[in-house]
Amino acid sequence: MKINPNKCVACGNCTYVCPMGAIYVDPAINRATINRDECVECYACYYGLSTEHLNPPLVRMIRKIFQMGRLRFDPEPDVCPTAAFEPEDLQWPRVVRRAFSDPRATHESTGVQGRGTEEVKTNDVTGRVQWGEVGFTIEFGRPGVGVWLRDIQKMTRALAKAGVAFEKKNPFTLLMSDVATGTLREDVLGEKVLSAIVEIKVKVEQTQPIIELVREVEKDIDTVVALGVGTRCDENGEERLVAPILESMGYKLERAKTNMGLGRITNYPENKGEEPSREILSEIR
Amino acid sequence: MTNTLHRYGDAESFRDDYIVFATPSSDRNDAGSVPKLKKFLEMALPFKPVNIGDPVHGGTLRPARNLHTISNWKRDMTPDFRAVIDGIDTPVSVVAIFDNQAAAEQFLKVAADADLGLSINMSASVEGARECCQFAGITRHSVGYSLGFEGSTEKLPDSQLLKLTTMCGHGMVSTSLAKKMIDWVKEGRRTPGQAVTYMARFCSCGVFNPARAQRILEEARNGRWNEQNQPPNDSAEAESHLTEIVQTSKS
Repeated sequence: MKINPNKCVACGNCTYVCPMGAIYVDPAINRATINRDECVECYACYYGLSTEHLNPPLVRMIRKIFQMGRLRFDPEPDVCPTAAFEPEDLQWPRVVRRAFSDPRATHESTGVQGRGTEEVKTNDVTGRVQWGEVGFTIEFGRPGVGVWLRDIQKMTRALAKAGVAFEKKNPFTLLMSDVATGTLREDVLGEKVLSAIVEIKVKVEQTQPIIELVREVEKDIDTVVALGVGTRCDENGEERLVAPILESMGYKLERAKTNMGLGRITNYPENKGEEPSREILSEIR
Repeated sequence: MTNTLHRYGDAESFRDDYIVFATPSSDRNDAGSVPKLKKFLEMALPFKPVNIGDPVHGGTLRPARNLHTISNWKRDMTPDFRAVIDGIDTPVSVVAIFDNQAAAEQFLKVAADADLGLSINMSASVEGARECCQFAGITRHSVGYSLGFEGSTEKLPDSQLLKLTTMCGHGMVSTSLAKKMIDWVKEGRRTPGQAVTYMARFCSCGVFNPARAQRILEEARNGRWNEQNQPPNDSAEAESHLTEIVQTSKS
């Protein structure tokens, strides 16, 4: 992202809206400036700010007069008065920042907006997490801290060493040069993103060891980590396997995402609109 | 997408936060899903959601590309529900946010009866979602628990700010903006209702809950705090920090 210095009037509105705090008014040039190291290309400034198209010299003059008179003015806080933000044509590897930070950017690899996959949200039609299994989403960097990919590699390597399987369709897995060891491509390690989600699946009995491993590794990672734990309910809609493990580890389960089991497969190109094959159905169940 | 899962707060603070969303699955049931997604949101409207949205176009409050100067004094802050529904043109997750359990569970029942064939999820307090399922006669298929924030939690802001910023699960509502809005509400420069609209416009998928945000801003203005004003997991860290200070001062 760039700020056009010919348009910027240094109103400062954008300095508040950057989730990474990467925008500041540079006193040397009196223009809003982006710290490129800290900017994660989330485009919150570009898409989130409303824009006017006022005349920059006129706005600067008015602001100067108000400042000289020590007059307080009260503009709308979510407006760039001169539409000064201009997206850049991002090249590899910097484009990785946007792919993981801007929720509007679609990962070409998965076709999914955002940083993860459909995980348990579509478990009723994908059967991704089966009875007796646990799907973990390990999210780094959110809210408002961000994460360097080299830091996440510490976690993926530790998880790989523990023998876990990474979700193949997860965008982060696709950044790995060696999935077996959890090693990322060398050229992306120096990139910072707003957040990234590592997805793994393990057996229920591995729940506690995996959480303990994550807790241990996160001590060596300079960001926040949010853990999500997904699993199947029983035939009565109850979940009595994983919750007791989590509660025994001291977690108070306040919030959850619940899949209602109302989805069904309706894409049947191969059998022209008839019911899915037994193989597909058994895969889901 | 874990964007509604890791909202900060305890179960009590989610009393006015019920998110129901419909998700088509790639290669499973996404073909021809756009009319179903529109129908899902249409069915939600009678139950008065406080926001609806999709991740491509956003929620009911969106930024304007060409604001007129006059709008600084007479800005339209009305949520546009119709624009969200009309704008859905690709198979994406769509959300409807409710500020009360009664509306959420009744909508859930209607959505289940409609048998759209899409995956329908609810993101809410564990008990709240369970009760909604019971009301709607739904047997839960899967559940995804949030274990909250860990790691370098000293980098997180206080709980009031976290409650506001985590309502955009993609992290588009910045801590600085949320802090500024609390300050402006306290100063009387904006009402909580106005301040909420500024933050909601940054949420790119419409999961921001304006009703809950308004309540949080009102609590902040009045100096009411539901919880200790500390980041999560802070007590243990504060204790170790204190020990460190004591040891340093002794040496």
